[in-house]
Amino acid sequence: MNRATRWFSRNLIRIYAFVGFTYLFIPIIYTIAFSFNASTKSNLVWVGFTWNNWLNPCGAPDVCNALGNSLKIGVLATFFATILGTLMAFAMGRYAFKGRSIVNILIFLPMATPEIVMGASLLTMFISFGFNPGFWTIVIAHVMFCISFVVVTVKARIASLDPRLEQAAMDLYADERETFRRVTLPLVAPGIAAAALLAFSLSFDDFIITNFNSGDVNTFPKFVYISAQRGLPPQANVIGSSMFLIALIIVLVGQFVGRKRAGVR
Amino acid sequence: MSTALLHATAHEKKPLITKKKLLPYWLLAPGIIWLVIFFLVPIYQLISTSTQTQGFGIGTYVQTYRFSNFIDAITSSKAQLIRSFEYAFLATVFALIISYPLAYAVAFKSGRWKNTLLVLIVAPFFCSFLLRTVAWEQILGEQGLVIKFLRFVHIIGAQGHLTATPFAVVAGLTYNFLPFMTLPLYASLERIDIRMMEASGDLYANALTTFRKVTIPLSMPGVVAGTLLTFIPAAGDYINAELLGNPGTKMIGNVIEARYLEIVDYPGAAALSLILMVTILILVMAYVKRAGTEELV
Repeated sequence: MNRATRWFSRNLIRIYAFVGFTYLFIPIIYTIAFSFNASTKSNLVWVGFTWNNWLNPCGAPDVCNALGNSLKIGVLATFFATILGTLMAFAMGRYAFKGRSIVNILIFLPMATPEIVMGASLLTMFISFGFNPGFWTIVIAHVMFCISFVVVTVKARIASLDPRLEQAAMDLYADERETFRRVTLPLVAPGIAAAALLAFSLSFDDFIITNFNSGDVNTFPKFVYISAQRGLPPQANVIGSSMFLIALIIVLVGQFVGRKRAGVR
Repeated sequence: MSTALLHATAHEKKPLITKKKLLPYWLLAPGIIWLVIFFLVPIYQLISTSTQTQGFGIGTYVQTYRFSNFIDAITSSKAQLIRSFEYAFLATVFALIISYPLAYAVAFKSGRWKNTLLVLIVAPFFCSFLLRTVAWEQILGEQGLVIKFLRFVHIIGAQGHLTATPFAVVAGLTYNFLPFMTLPLYASLERIDIRMMEASGDLYANALTTFRKVTIPLSMPGVVAGTLLTFIPAAGDYINAELLGNPGTKMIGNVIEARYLEIVDYPGAAALSLILMVTILILVMAYVKRAGTEELV
């Protein structure tokens, strides 16, 4: 292989990656661009540029009610799923116990089950127990499908810890509780934060399971789905774009902080 | 989404504490109780509903152990069932073709931009799944520029469409589940010791042979995790078929959704859900066995 072809093959993959990223971002750019569209009803054709949608994100009926529900559900589901999942992750990552493989399967199954099956089966249960679907059934469902992802994320972080750090703490006469509080927990914290972020984005973005178990409570994805039939108001684009930008900023700041801490160490 | 998938294939090699017998159970209890009540019990309910028959009045069902519900479900929705697996398979293959070079580029060719590029792969995820699908619908739709351009250059006739076609549904599935493929691929590629590839080159393997005999086998855990994480949600999805398809592209998810929420035929919908779940589990197990990868969780 001569130098020219090697240069080409090396750059081919860069060109390919560029095309790949463009493909990934086309709908995002489209969504952001059309959040500035001056259309009043359906947001299909470019009418003109305006700041109005951003200045008045609640302008379209129901959109902020749906967003508020999604945020509330997201926070609650993240809170419970992160606690339950982190506890499980410590058990799985730290302790040997009987029944480990069964627990492993129980954690894996929700990730391997199509959402529609989980949504349908939960609804079946709620109905047969005479439970009316609504706000709390959504929270329950979201906690359920977020737990496994939290366990996997936190467990990976626990597994990557250097055991010598904890041994060092013990050598320095820290008791078990103190070692956990002052060494283990701070080291695992980034994993817990990542898991919480993941749980929130899973919850916020979920449509299928929510649609089955929401009754007449509206969430943001549900709002998008229903109004997509008639034409989406530009305010939906505003909310989608801002969620995207906020998440991006959180991740980038997290990376920056992580890099700084790694540099100090 | 990133970290979980990144570590979905993580190894675990560390001595586990054996002294404390009860503590792990206390830690596990709340999560397990939650998963049992809100995952396993519902699946049990689903199984029991699947053999019920209509009682008095709409939406009331009695247990009659009518197993022919499954045969009815299969015969009435055979086309959608097969289509779901076809589309999911195609989307998985396309996602793999798109993702592998992308993950490879980020893992080996990105230098100090690695972390930024990684964030960019996950970033589209943060914009709502439904908004992205609606965006594709509008980009490719009748009002969009793409269709006008394609008609203008006569690649597509005046009557041709891009949306409301099987192509659009598969493209939507591919797009929406792409990060599920890219991240595990990246995670396993990134773990490859670069010296392995160098050693292959030192032993007179050319780039292609190195790729074929070293890189691909070492990235297999990522390929397995990625294909599973793409295939499973794609097979059960109905949003892409609903927004980007036509009545002739309906997938099994559309049928289940309609039977549950519109027709209120719970036994039929439950039977179909179980068929979908069991088929996927069988495919997953056969695939994992063939691909021979370790524990996925």
